[in-house]
Amino acid sequence: MEDIVQRKTGDGIELISFRIGDQEFCVDIMAVREIRGWTPATSLPQAPSFVKGVINLRGAVLPIVDLAARMGMAVTEPNERHVIIVTRICDQQVGLLVDAVCDIITVDTGTIQQTPDLACDVVKTFVKGLLAMEGRMISLISLDNVLPTLEVEQTGAETASILAA
Amino acid sequence: MTKTILTVDDSRTMRDMLHLALTEAGFRVVQAVDGLDGLEALDAAQADVIITDINMPRLDGFGFIEGVRKNDRHRATPILVLTTESDTSKKQRARDAGATGWIVKPFNPEKLIDAIRRVAA
Amino acid sequence: MDPLAAIKVTFFQECEEQLAELEGGLLAMEGGDHDPEIVNAVFRAVHSIKGGAGAFSLEDLVRFSHVFETALDLIRSGDIQADQETLKLLLRSADVLADHVRAARDGGSVDEGRSSAMAEALEALASGMGGGGEADTGDGFADFVFNPVTIDMSDAAAPAPDLSIEDLLARVTGEAASTSDVPAETAGDDVTWHIRFYPQVGLYQKANESGLLLRELARLGKVEVRLDASGLPTLQNMNPEDAYLGWSVALSGPTLEEASIREVFEWVEGDCYLDIVREGAAPAAAVAAGTAPAASIDAVGEVDVMALIRAAQAAEVPAAAMTPPTAAPRPAEAPAKVEPTKTREAALDAKAQAAAREASPQTIRVDLERVDRLIDLVGELVINQAMLTQRVAECGLQRASSVAMGLDDLEQLTREIQDSVMAIRAQPVKSVFQRFPRLVREIAAMTGKEVRLIMDGEGTEVDKTVIERLSDPLTHMIRNAIDHGLETPDEREAAGKPREGVVRLAALHRSGRIVIEISDDGRGINRPRVKQIAVDKGLISPETNLSDDEIDNLIFMAGFSTAATVSDISGRGVGMDVVRRSIQSLGGRINISSRPGQGSTFTLSLPLTLAVLDGMVVTVAGQTLVAPLTAIIESLQPKAADVRSLGPNAQVIAIRDTHVPLIDIGRSLGYRTVTPPPTEGVALLVEGEGGSRAALMVDAIQGQRQVVIKSLEANYRPVPGIAAATILGDGRVALILDIDAVMVPKPHEGLGAASAPAAGGFDPAVVPTSLAKVG
Repeated sequence: MEDIVQRKTGDGIELISFRIGDQEFCVDIMAVREIRGWTPATSLPQAPSFVKGVINLRGAVLPIVDLAARMGMAVTEPNERHVIIVTRICDQQVGLLVDAVCDIITVDTGTIQQTPDLACDVVKTFVKGLLAMEGRMISLISLDNVLPTLEVEQTGAETASILAA
Repeated sequence: MTKTILTVDDSRTMRDMLHLALTEAGFRVVQAVDGLDGLEALDAAQADVIITDINMPRLDGFGFIEGVRKNDRHRATPILVLTTESDTSKKQRARDAGATGWIVKPFNPEKLIDAIRRVAA
Repeated sequence: MDPLAAIKVTFFQECEEQLAELEGGLLAMEGGDHDPEIVNAVFRAVHSIKGGAGAFSLEDLVRFSHVFETALDLIRSGDIQADQETLKLLLRSADVLADHVRAARDGGSVDEGRSSAMAEALEALASGMGGGGEADTGDGFADFVFNPVTIDMSDAAAPAPDLSIEDLLARVTGEAASTSDVPAETAGDDVTWHIRFYPQVGLYQKANESGLLLRELARLGKVEVRLDASGLPTLQNMNPEDAYLGWSVALSGPTLEEASIREVFEWVEGDCYLDIVREGAAPAAAVAAGTAPAASIDAVGEVDVMALIRAAQAAEVPAAAMTPPTAAPRPAEAPAKVEPTKTREAALDAKAQAAAREASPQTIRVDLERVDRLIDLVGELVINQAMLTQRVAECGLQRASSVAMGLDDLEQLTREIQDSVMAIRAQPVKSVFQRFPRLVREIAAMTGKEVRLIMDGEGTEVDKTVIERLSDPLTHMIRNAIDHGLETPDEREAAGKPREGVVRLAALHRSGRIVIEISDDGRGINRPRVKQIAVDKGLISPETNLSDDEIDNLIFMAGFSTAATVSDISGRGVGMDVVRRSIQSLGGRINISSRPGQGSTFTLSLPLTLAVLDGMVVTVAGQTLVAPLTAIIESLQPKAADVRSLGPNAQVIAIRDTHVPLIDIGRSLGYRTVTPPPTEGVALLVEGEGGSRAALMVDAIQGQRQVVIKSLEANYRPVPGIAAATILGDGRVALILDIDAVMVPKPHEGLGAASAPAAGGFDPAVVPTSLAKVG
C-alpha cells in the first residue's frame, strides 16, 4: 500500500519495455510477475481472435493474449522465440504474447506524454501515454482493458430463445 | 525470572485479552481452551499462576481446579477464577474445589495484575 | 493493527460461532433433546458474548445478553421449564441477540421495539419463577467497563518492591517484631489494628500463603508481626500437611478501615481463624469459621522455626514441604517429594472423567489458505505422477516391469493422499443449514403462516466451496417453499391438514454425490397456472402438450418468474432459473416433483468436491478434451445405417429403438466447420440433467482418468460449452466439457429453428429435448 503511494507521489517508476513488430511498448514493472518463453497453448472455443488459448503456469490456467492482435495489428503466429510476459491485472494473471522483451527503464512520471488525439479508439484504449527515450517512442500500455470484459449476462428472453431454438 | 501464567478460557476473546494484558506486564502466557486442555498443558509445563474461567465445555472450571489440586506437582499453584460479581455461589464452589482467589469480570489490567501479585511470591 | 482492535475482530468472529451454537442448541432443545450439556452450551454461548461485550463496553449488547443469560441460567438450574413456548421466545431472542452483535460490529442499530419487547419477555420469564434467583438481575452492568487503554504495568507486575516475602519472613521471629518502613510515618492520627491470624490447613490447600497475606497487610500501613509457633508439635507428632503457625500483627496507618483489612483476607475467609480488633476497643469475639488452631497444639517443640519456614518457602509445595516425621530427622534439608506415577494417575483420572462427559473430537484451526495450498500441491503431484506414468509408458517398459509396478503403487498412494486432503476441506452442511431456522421463523412471521422446519443429515459433508455456494439457492428455495408452497393456516385447516406446515431440508450422500432435498407439505404446483404463465410469456405455445413433469419443470425456465408473479418474499428479482443456473455452475442438477394438494420436493444433486473429477479423455479436431464420466452412459461406434439426417444440418442416431441427437463436439465448440463422417469417430451417449440424452461425436477416446479441476474463471472468464480446465500428463491444459451446454444446439446451427423468435418460437418438435434440459 505505502509502496504504491510513494511511487505515485515520487519521481520515477520502473517499466518493462518490449517489442511488437517495429513498435516499442512498456508496462509498469509492478504488474509483471515473470517472463517466459512461448509454449503451445490450448485453444479456447469461441474465444476472440486475440486470445491464443491457455497454458499451464505451475498448475494455474493462464490465458494468453496476443497483444498485437489485441491492438488491432496482425495476429501473431507464435514460435519458440516469442515471449510471454506474465502480468497481474486486477486479481487475474494474464500472459501477454510479445515479440521480445527489451529493457527495464526508469522514467519520471512527469515525462509521460498524453496519447495524441489522432490515435484511433483501439489504440487509446490500451495506450495511456507516450515516452520519448533516446530517439525512440515507447507506448505505455494500460493493462486494465487487455482482457475482454465479461459479456453482459444473457437476458431471460435470449436464454429462452436458445432453449426454444 | 519471568513468571508463567496459564490461562484457561474457552473464549478466544478472553484468552486474547488476558494474553495482551499479561504479556504487556511481562509475564509469559500459556493458553488452554478448556479444563481438559488446561490439565494437558500442565502435564507439559509448570505455571506460576493459573487463571481459569468457570463455564467451559468438556471440563469446566470446577473440574479443572479439582484436577489441578489432585496433581502433586501443581497442588500449590495459585489458581485465580474469573467470575462475575454476582456469582457468589460460584465463588464458593470454586473455593471448595481449591481456588486460591478470584478476579471479577470485566477486569482491567491493573485489577488482573493486582490479583496475581496477591498470590504470587 | 492495534492489538485491542484485533481482539475485537476475534470477538465478533467468536460471536458468530457462539450465535450458531446458541441457535443449534435451542433447536435441539425444541426438538426434545434434554441433554444438560446442550443447555450448558447455550448458556455458555450467551455468557461468552456478554463477557466480551462487557470488555469492549458494548452496552446495548451487554444489556440484552445479560437479560438473556439470566433467563438461560434459570433454565439451566431447572427453575424454569423449557417448554415449547419458552423455546420459541428464546429462539426469537437469539435472533435479536444476533442483531445486537451485528449492530455492535457494523455500527448499525437494532429494531429497538423488537429488542425491548424481547428483553421484557425474557425478564417476565425470569421473574415468573419468583424473582431473579441466583442469576443476578441488575448486578449492575453499568460497571462493565474494560478500560481499553494501553497501560504500563511494569510496576504493577513487580512484586511489592519494599517488602519481599523473604524479607518479611526473615524478619519474623518468635519474639522480636520488626516494623516495615512502608507508608506514612505520621503517628498522630494513626489508627492501630490488632490482627490475629491463624491459618487452617484449607488455606494452604488452596495455595494461599500466609507470607503473602502478611505482605498485603504491610502494604496498608506499618506492621509489627509476631509469629506464634507455640502450636508447633514435636517432629514426631507433626503432620506435614497441617497448619500449626499463627501470627499476630499490629497494623497502624492513617484512616485504616476494617474493610480494607478484611479485603486482604477475602480469599481465605473460612480457611483461617481471624480476629481484627481496633486498638483501644474492647476485644471482640473472634470472627472465624472452624476451630481455633490452639486446640490442636499439644506441645512446644524445640524446632528451628526459621529453617522450617525457609524450607517451606524453597519447596514448590509449602504445606507438603516438611517430610513426614518418621522419614528424616533433618526436615529443613529434605525437599518435597512428588510421586510421579500417582500424579499422572490423578491427572489421567480427571481427564478420563471429563472425556467421558463428552467425546468431542480433537480439532485444530488451520488457515484455509494452507489447506488450499496443500490441495494445489497434491493436484500438482497427481499431474506429475500422470506425466511420469506417461513417460514411462513411452519408453516402452513392460506393464509388469518393476518400474511400472512401482508407479502403480505411487498412483494408488497419490490417490489416497488426494482423498485425504480433500477430506480436510469437507465440512458438514450444517454450517449453511443452521441459517435456515431463523429464515423460516422470519418468513413465517411475514406471511402469517405456521411453519415447522425439519432438518436431516446436517452432518453430511461436502467441500467447503460447495457449501458456501449453496447458501443462496437454498435460501431462495426455502423462501419459495413457504411463500408459494405452503397454504395459510386457515386454508390448511379447511383442506383437512394441520395448521402448521412442514418444510423439510435433508442432505445425504448418494453414489459419490451429495443430494439435498427441500420439500414442503403445501399445495403443490398449480399446473394449469404455471402452463398459463409460460404461454403468456411466450415460453411455450398454447397447443404444446406437456406431461405433468414437464409443466413442473417450466418454473426453471429463464423468463418464467418475474416481479409480477412473485411476492415480496420469494421475489427479490430472482427466479428459479437463477437457482438452477447457480446449481449448474457447481456441476449440480436440480429437479422438482410435485403432487397437487400434497406438496413439492426439489432435489439437488451436487458433486462432493469441485477439485477433482473422473473423466474420459477424448480427442476432437486435434484438441484433447475431458468429458465428465458421470454424464457418460456408454460409448459406441456409430454404424452408417443408424445415423439419419434431420433437417439441413442436424443428425440423429438410433440407439436401441430411440433416436437421440448426434452432436459433433468439434463443430459445436467451433473447432471445425465440417463434420467428419460419424462412422470414423466414436459416439459418447450422455445423459444431461433431467435425463435427456444425446450422442456426442468425438474422434477418439484416450482413456479414463481422474483429473484435477482448474478454474478458467480465475484468470479468464466462463467459456460456453466448457465447464473448467485441467492439466494432463503432458503438462498441457485440457478443457473439460460442459455436457449440458454442448447438448443444447446453438441457435445458428440448431435443428432448423435458426431464426425462430423468442415469442411463440417454441418448436413442438424439440420439446422433449429442451424441456428435459430445463428439468
